[in-house]
Amino acid sequence: MSEIAIRCEGLSKRYRIGQREARYKALRDTLTDVLAAPVRKARKVFAGNSSAQNFNGQESIWALRDVSFEVKRGEVVGLIGHNGAGKSTLLKILSRITKPTEGFAEIHGRVGSLLEVGTGFHPELTGRENVYLNGSILGMRKSEIERKFDEIVAFAEVEEFIDTPVKRYSTGMYARLAFAVAAHLEPEILVIDEVLAVGDAAFQKKCLGKMNDVASAGRTVLFVSHNMQAIQSLCRNTLLIKSGKVEAFGNSKSVVVRYLAGIAEMGSEVRWPEESAPGNQEIKLTALRVYTDNAAEGIYSSSEELNVEMKFTARSKHSGLCIGFDVVNSEGVVVARSYQTDLPPEQWPEIRLGENKWCCTIPRGLLNAGLYYVSPRIGVHNMYWIVNADPTIRFEVILDHGVSPFWNTLNAASRPGVIAPIFKWAS
Amino acid sequence: MKVIEREAASETGRLELPKVIPSLTIRPVSGWSPLGLKELWEYRELLYFLTWRDIKVRYKQTALGVAWAVIQPLFMMLVFSLFFGRLAKVPSDNIPYPVFVFCALLPWQLFAHALTESSNSLVSNERLITKVYFPRLVIPLSAVLAGLVDFAIAFLVLIAMMFFYGITPHLAVLTLPLFILLAVLTALGVGLWLSALNVQYRDVRYTLTFLTQFWLFATPVAYPSSLIPEKWRALYGLNPMAGVVEGFRWALLGRTEPPAPMLIVSSAVTLLVLVGGLYYFKRMEESFADIV
Repeated sequence: MSEIAIRCEGLSKRYRIGQREARYKALRDTLTDVLAAPVRKARKVFAGNSSAQNFNGQESIWALRDVSFEVKRGEVVGLIGHNGAGKSTLLKILSRITKPTEGFAEIHGRVGSLLEVGTGFHPELTGRENVYLNGSILGMRKSEIERKFDEIVAFAEVEEFIDTPVKRYSTGMYARLAFAVAAHLEPEILVIDEVLAVGDAAFQKKCLGKMNDVASAGRTVLFVSHNMQAIQSLCRNTLLIKSGKVEAFGNSKSVVVRYLAGIAEMGSEVRWPEESAPGNQEIKLTALRVYTDNAAEGIYSSSEELNVEMKFTARSKHSGLCIGFDVVNSEGVVVARSYQTDLPPEQWPEIRLGENKWCCTIPRGLLNAGLYYVSPRIGVHNMYWIVNADPTIRFEVILDHGVSPFWNTLNAASRPGVIAPIFKWAS
Repeated sequence: MKVIEREAASETGRLELPKVIPSLTIRPVSGWSPLGLKELWEYRELLYFLTWRDIKVRYKQTALGVAWAVIQPLFMMLVFSLFFGRLAKVPSDNIPYPVFVFCALLPWQLFAHALTESSNSLVSNERLITKVYFPRLVIPLSAVLAGLVDFAIAFLVLIAMMFFYGITPHLAVLTLPLFILLAVLTALGVGLWLSALNVQYRDVRYTLTFLTQFWLFATPVAYPSSLIPEKWRALYGLNPMAGVVEGFRWALLGRTEPPAPMLIVSSAVTLLVLVGGLYYFKRMEESFADIV
């Protein structure tokens, strides 16, 4: 029995430009639209920023170029990289949806792939019917689905509605049921795209728990995520892909650090043109920046208040909208998350139709020295993410809010600890 | 509660490694490849579920539901009987015109439906194709099979009509499944070509209506093939649906000659279109996910 589960050798994939853009938009259900939004967004970014070359008289791009790596049996490997770096293409090749242009991949074991949750869900069918349909699409046998049916329904917490057509489900219920089916797949090799970005926080936690079970049950998993903490806690090794090539492969922590540090082109401000702005029909993020009242761009001192400015356009005033961001440090740890809804409701800034410009203030004397990233997040409370992005802007903090001669140890620019607040002392 | 749930999950979640681990090499494709019918067989449950989905969904949101399976051929029969039977006095081989035309409309509708549905099937299942692996052949196949339910329902009406006109079938009726099979295979054969073309050129969708209308008049549905001179009749079988429709009339109503030469030609054409379609589909299959 071979010890290797996946072996890729010189794997390359060339696309003709325009090939990946759907030429005819199919009539889709709004629910599934929400789930597919990140995928489509990735495609768009992809087509925009990759180098083009000639291919049979047509413009073409290499989505993957000479990718080689090995995954051992039972290993859980993370896969990270920017939108459009080629992660999805790699997963598609490994799950046999598309063929490579060059190179080959050897796979030892049955592969189950989850590139999307709820593939094939039909809004007219009931929850029960969709579990069977989706299960068989994902490659489960009918007997297997029957055996796991109760467990799936319990996991999704939709017992009462199991015989209701899923078009009457809330987005959250729909996403939970879809994930529950997927979570009960039991192949030897599991290939997972960013599927944890559904449901509320409690459900996400449950999903991560399930992933942990999967990982500890001896399955081989290849796992794409924007959640650097999940990557580090679930995967020992991580593969970093940049512009279709393997940039790094090894210990998760060091690869994550490298990924975050390597975002060199990243500034402390970003603006999106209308057509590629993250978001959906209801709300689109148009700009994000970090600034202080007086400082060189991108480097701020910890003794000043730090402002995070978010500009967005709203087409509706959805009452459940949570708009905010994560502050992530250079090790991928989420230092803090903030939403406008953290305040008492009467103090929430008002969402206006059209342009909005909000500003969030991070207090002085809180952050430690180091590099930080801001990942914008917009979601509907307890339902689903609209924007759940990678680290998007970067800034550096210099630690200078110490008020004591003993504050800094010798030669150290930072203090131990993720954050560096000054607590009160008394006797 | 939580604890129990977790225990149950990890118990079923434990991996039992099979004795033989299937291995697979993913390589670039070049040229013609084998059809992979063995793999198709392994995915028969998926075929069953997709067919079942198509059948369920078709009538879920319609007010009249399953009645549509009957209404369509029934109204066509009435219109045809009025204009061709009564007014134009089209001969009908000494069979009451309504039965004569309804008996032909059934396989025709089965064919036309299956053809349209299978031709559009890949495009309408785009999400599945770009997100999950399975033999793509399952999709047009399930679209064709789903049409059989409509056919079965409408068939009950035909039995009632035959009873009304006092027509009793004889032994030839036992060959009926063969003609149904021929209709289905013809639809599948043409559907395979068109569905694969449809992925690349959406023009197919627009030509389909035109194609089925044209094909209807090229098929002896409203008129008997006995209108065609004897020496050309075998050639008429180049339209496989001509063979199917005349076969149906012969098997069920039993008042016409067995259309043997026509049938041989029809079967040969169907076989050719089907095998060609299978290979063409297989060849195009690899690019579906990239361009759909």
